[in-house]
Amino acid sequence: MEVHRFEKIWTAAALLLIVGFISTIVYGAVGPGVTMVEDDGGTTDQADVSAALADELDWSQVENFEAPTPKAQHVSGDKYEAYVVTKQFAFQPGTGQPLRVPAGSTVTLYVTSPDVLHGFEMVGTNVNLIIMPGQISEITVEFDEPGTYSMVCSEYCGAAHHVMEGRVEVVPQSQFDSTEG
Amino acid sequence: MATNETTFADQFPKSARLTRLSFGVAFTALAIGGLFGLIQALHRTDIYRVLPSPDYYTLLTGHGVLLALVFTTFFIAGLFSWGISNSLDRDLPGDWISWSWWIMMTVGTVMAALAIIGALIPQIPMQADVLFTFYVPLKGHPVFYIGVVLLLVGSWVAGYDWFRTFWSWRKDNRGERIPLQTFMVLITMLMWYLSTMGVAAEVLIFVLPWSLGLVSQIDPLITRTLFWFFGHPVVYFWLLPAYLAWYTVLPKLSGGRLFSDPLARVVFVLFLLLSTPVGYHHQYIDPGISEGFKFVAMTNTMFLLLPSFLTAFTVVASIEHGARQRGGKGYLSWLRSLPWDEPAFTGMALAGLLFAAGGFSGMVNAGMNLNYLVHNTLWVPGHFHLTVGTAAALTFMAVSYWLVPQLTGKKLRLRAFALIQPYVWFLGMTLMSNAMHRGGLIGLPRRTAEPEWNLPGGSFSEGIGSLNEIQLQIAVGGILLFTGIVLFLAVMVATWMGRETPTIDVDSTIPPALSGAENSPRILDNYRLWFAIAVVLVVIAYGVPLWDMVADGVFSPGSNPVTP
Repeated sequence: MEVHRFEKIWTAAALLLIVGFISTIVYGAVGPGVTMVEDDGGTTDQADVSAALADELDWSQVENFEAPTPKAQHVSGDKYEAYVVTKQFAFQPGTGQPLRVPAGSTVTLYVTSPDVLHGFEMVGTNVNLIIMPGQISEITVEFDEPGTYSMVCSEYCGAAHHVMEGRVEVVPQSQFDSTEG
Repeated sequence: MATNETTFADQFPKSARLTRLSFGVAFTALAIGGLFGLIQALHRTDIYRVLPSPDYYTLLTGHGVLLALVFTTFFIAGLFSWGISNSLDRDLPGDWISWSWWIMMTVGTVMAALAIIGALIPQIPMQADVLFTFYVPLKGHPVFYIGVVLLLVGSWVAGYDWFRTFWSWRKDNRGERIPLQTFMVLITMLMWYLSTMGVAAEVLIFVLPWSLGLVSQIDPLITRTLFWFFGHPVVYFWLLPAYLAWYTVLPKLSGGRLFSDPLARVVFVLFLLLSTPVGYHHQYIDPGISEGFKFVAMTNTMFLLLPSFLTAFTVVASIEHGARQRGGKGYLSWLRSLPWDEPAFTGMALAGLLFAAGGFSGMVNAGMNLNYLVHNTLWVPGHFHLTVGTAAALTFMAVSYWLVPQLTGKKLRLRAFALIQPYVWFLGMTLMSNAMHRGGLIGLPRRTAEPEWNLPGGSFSEGIGSLNEIQLQIAVGGILLFTGIVLFLAVMVATWMGRETPTIDVDSTIPPALSGAENSPRILDNYRLWFAIAVVLVVIAYGVPLWDMVADGVFSPGSNPVTP
């Protein structure tokens, strides 16, 4: 089988490009430490989340998930965690009250849904998750500067999908500590 | 110059009839799906809103199903029926089996379309606002899912029709190499059989019984994973027929012949092997799937670039060879010697050019950690309107300008329309797609009727260009693309309805490749071996993660149905 010299050079260049792309992804993972959403958020019962949201069940009965609060919960040092529910057609917290986190913190978000698929996109950042009933999406985010981010639902979730939006407020540590929640 | 005595339609009347009728359904779907696309482009850019926003999702479902599933599958069924008969020099059997696939696919299409449109028409008690990707636990009417299954099963029977025609040719031609077009059809169908197992399992085991109320809950993660098992190879099911045209018809139209037959075979084999074990790249930001499996899918996806890079080389080399046969000279000025006034050539060449751009934006999608930035944003439809919406769709339209006269014995009418149509499409897609890509980079989501959230600062932060300018380009691009569809359909209807003509100016003869199949290893034609390896690769990529999902209960963690 005759392969033209130019075609051999082209193929080698294409392979080099492919290996190059894979290397950039490996670098992104081990250098800046970009990790993918995976299965370590665990699973939960969609019906329990739904019942807890309707105050028919105590959140302590819900497997692997805690009550969503507007203020992120302190874990240790600069580490915080926040539980968020996405539902037709609101973020809780986020839509009524914003989710509040301190600047300079590292926040682990746990997000699940009581009804259908949703998207959790913080506009202008790389925080972008699929939220699925029964699964808990877990991601750790660094919030360096104070500011306000928008959340929009980036996955079709029904007839009013286009009104589903919310906010994340990153506030200075002192202000964060002095607010209730 | 062919006379009516030697047209494809006269030589192979049964194949020609099946191809014509398949194209008929394909073009009808294109008309309706294209109109929905126009309404969507004007709606989401807030230029003109003809329907209330919740109905946007009905049109979006219709646009996806009618164009990505129906238009493509029917066109491909027609093109492959032609390719098999043309390259094996024998008609399809045309018996009840041949007709059963066309009927099944058509009935399935009508059922699915009615279920979708039902959401707009109170007299039809059905809805399927679940989009082309199904989105369990949103639930559509069972008729929608049954329609999709019929379309799929019909396509499987069509594949059998082509295989049995090949086997009957093989009995009479032992020891010969498989003709290139037939080889491409068979390999594409093997990939299709393997990958449609995912969506067939999703619908038959889970979604359909659940929509009928036979089981109360299903696991969204399993169904989603099975969908994307199919959801990426379906992309190659759209592209490989375009490749068939680029490898076999385009070189001829350029005035030359294919550069290398064996490399075309290598490319198709690579697609069979690598198209399926990549589905997790649509689920990079899904919970419930470990990072390692996503990494394996990412690596496979990147290696899928190779056959497309090889295609770019071979196609450009073949076109250049054609241009030089026509007297082209110089490093780049040979481009001027190409038949730019030939709509079939222009359509395919421009489709290839935009596909190169779409390929590069696809590399960004495939980049696992970059994907966070673009996932579910407008970047993604920007990407696939270049691939399925241009590389496949514009190529299919271009092929029609060349093939429909041969299927009908009628010369192409409204040639002036045909001549400008590929340029209109190219311009419209360039406007719409570049704007969608840029909109995605500033976070504009896809699949939304009103991207006008009350964001802090009032709007999405502006990247390259302003939000208004992006919206305007999408709307103008959408209008031009719909104009392109109208021009194309006008040419098709005028040709089809016209009188038979003594000459049709085109013929199906494909000149042999510069480097033929004779000197290539025979193992390339051993499709059973390649299929077996493809199955092994799928088991490696999907076996463990699917087992994990099933191990916690086939139907759990379960979700109750939600009507959109």
